[in-house]
Amino acid sequence: MKLGTSLIIGAVLFALAIIVGVLAPWLAHTDPVMDANLMNAEEPPSWIWWFGTDAQGRDIYSRVVYGARISLTVGIVSQLVNSIIGVTLGLSAGYFGGWWDDVVNGLTNLMLAIPSLIFALAIMAVLGPGLTSLLIALGLTNWSFTCRIARASTLSLKSQGYVQAARVLGYGDLRIMITQLLPNMLGPIIVIGTLGMGSAVLAEASLSFLGLGIRPPFPSWGSMLSEARDQITTAPWLSIFPGLAIFLTVLGLNLLGDGLRDILDPQSRSRRI
Amino acid sequence: MTGPPLIEVEDLRIDLDAGSRRVAAVEGVSFRIERGETFGLVGESGCGKSITALALIGLLRHPLSVAAGAIRFEGREIQRLAAAEQRDLRGNRIAMIFQEPMTALNPVSPVGRQIAEMFVLHKGKSWREANQLAVEALASVRVPAPERRAKDYPHQLSGGMRQRVMIAIALACGPDLLIADEPTTALDVTVQAEIVELMRNLCAERGTAILMISHDLGLVANVCRRVAVMYAGRIVEVRGSDEIFRACAHPYTQGLVDSLPRLGTRAALGRTRLREIAGVVPAIADFPSGCRFNPRCAQATEICRTTAPETAWLGGGGLVRCHHHA
Repeated sequence: MKLGTSLIIGAVLFALAIIVGVLAPWLAHTDPVMDANLMNAEEPPSWIWWFGTDAQGRDIYSRVVYGARISLTVGIVSQLVNSIIGVTLGLSAGYFGGWWDDVVNGLTNLMLAIPSLIFALAIMAVLGPGLTSLLIALGLTNWSFTCRIARASTLSLKSQGYVQAARVLGYGDLRIMITQLLPNMLGPIIVIGTLGMGSAVLAEASLSFLGLGIRPPFPSWGSMLSEARDQITTAPWLSIFPGLAIFLTVLGLNLLGDGLRDILDPQSRSRRI
Repeated sequence: MTGPPLIEVEDLRIDLDAGSRRVAAVEGVSFRIERGETFGLVGESGCGKSITALALIGLLRHPLSVAAGAIRFEGREIQRLAAAEQRDLRGNRIAMIFQEPMTALNPVSPVGRQIAEMFVLHKGKSWREANQLAVEALASVRVPAPERRAKDYPHQLSGGMRQRVMIAIALACGPDLLIADEPTTALDVTVQAEIVELMRNLCAERGTAILMISHDLGLVANVCRRVAVMYAGRIVEVRGSDEIFRACAHPYTQGLVDSLPRLGTRAALGRTRLREIAGVVPAIADFPSGCRFNPRCAQATEICRTTAPETAWLGGGGLVRCHHHA
């Protein structure tokens, strides 16, 4: 069935990335930071050094494996923060309307007007490099689409019979939002969240590439690319393997998002039943 | 009868805020429902019966608002209650079921959970107890295999089953008044009869009063002891349902009665056409002056076009509003 293909490929790629990240200590051949040995500097990929080694003689394969931890942590956690902020703001704005809706709308438009990477850069510049500031910077800058979707879904769901019925049956506002509105908009929110994880992985790579994310010597895919920049002609494997890891993870997340949209879309769901 | 009536509506006026001006969508509506009584509100679409019901549970929203009059539930004025007190009445003391059982249930929640939520919300039960009570509630509305059905989602149930679930939700907390807004309009005729029967029996067992709202005079007269006929925002006649077919007093009611097909009469009278009421209901913004039925009324005279008729009391608690009532 065509519907499931992208879902399965996406899920497998994403699951693979998570498994690699979780099992990194067992999968890695050497310590990604400490095991530098100038005797093995800039070895091309071989049976001993699967992905080659860098100028300090560190095993690129081990570094890519450990890099999955940071890249995925940033992707998942920052997108989770984005989703929570976006849903809370969008749902309450759509539900209550009035001045609160105006405030949230203004804030969303503001966020959409500022390029989110530039905004994240500014936050990173204030907070300084590191994992925590990376999570904060990316978690605060990408909620506007989720917020828009949540607000639009709320506006259309609000007039549904069951939401009206809940009010007639004596449900309070919070209970209506949590039991009636939230579960019914979860489909698009999950899809947006999955796609957002992909862009968060990319954003982490960009920020680390610019030197504001994860600082060397700790491996993240973005910081590895950043370090490999100078040797891209002499030792291309330094760029190729972290780049490939980013590519496959983001591709997997996008395919997963598309696949989820297909099964969570109420119309395609009713087609199957 | 001692104490105040269960619900008493006095001279209710509901305004529609149409931008620059306000128009009365409902005007001068008064009726009372005693405990355990069955009362029907009949009228064409747009005559104001549904917004009257919304006003009863305090849920009119902009652009509609109660402009004058009072609605008292057990003597307490509903508009004066705090929001939390109103919310506590809704679902607990006054429940409502709707025309569309397809859309009135949350599609992503099992029906048992939706019933159980009422016990958690209004009776402070734990989820475990509430789930047990929900299965009992499903059994009481005669849903077969209630334990299995409780885990079903709304889309897995037929229209009739969904309306049964709605009734179970509405009656879960043992309300004093059940407002049924066109409860069977969306259902097949055979299912309709079952649902009406079920609703009537359950309410009679529990002493729940029914306010039934419908365009179907025959159905309402069948369920309710008394019937109020609304036209263009006003009540034009209130009668006992046994009298309404024999001796209705208002020309509009007569028109409704004449437009109902009746078994047997066709054979007795030969091939006769059903009679309809000429014309359409006027829009809220341009209700005619005087008696609002006058443009469609065969008996209309000069006074009907200028003066709104006063309420005339009939024997047996009935009333009529017509200049030509003898």
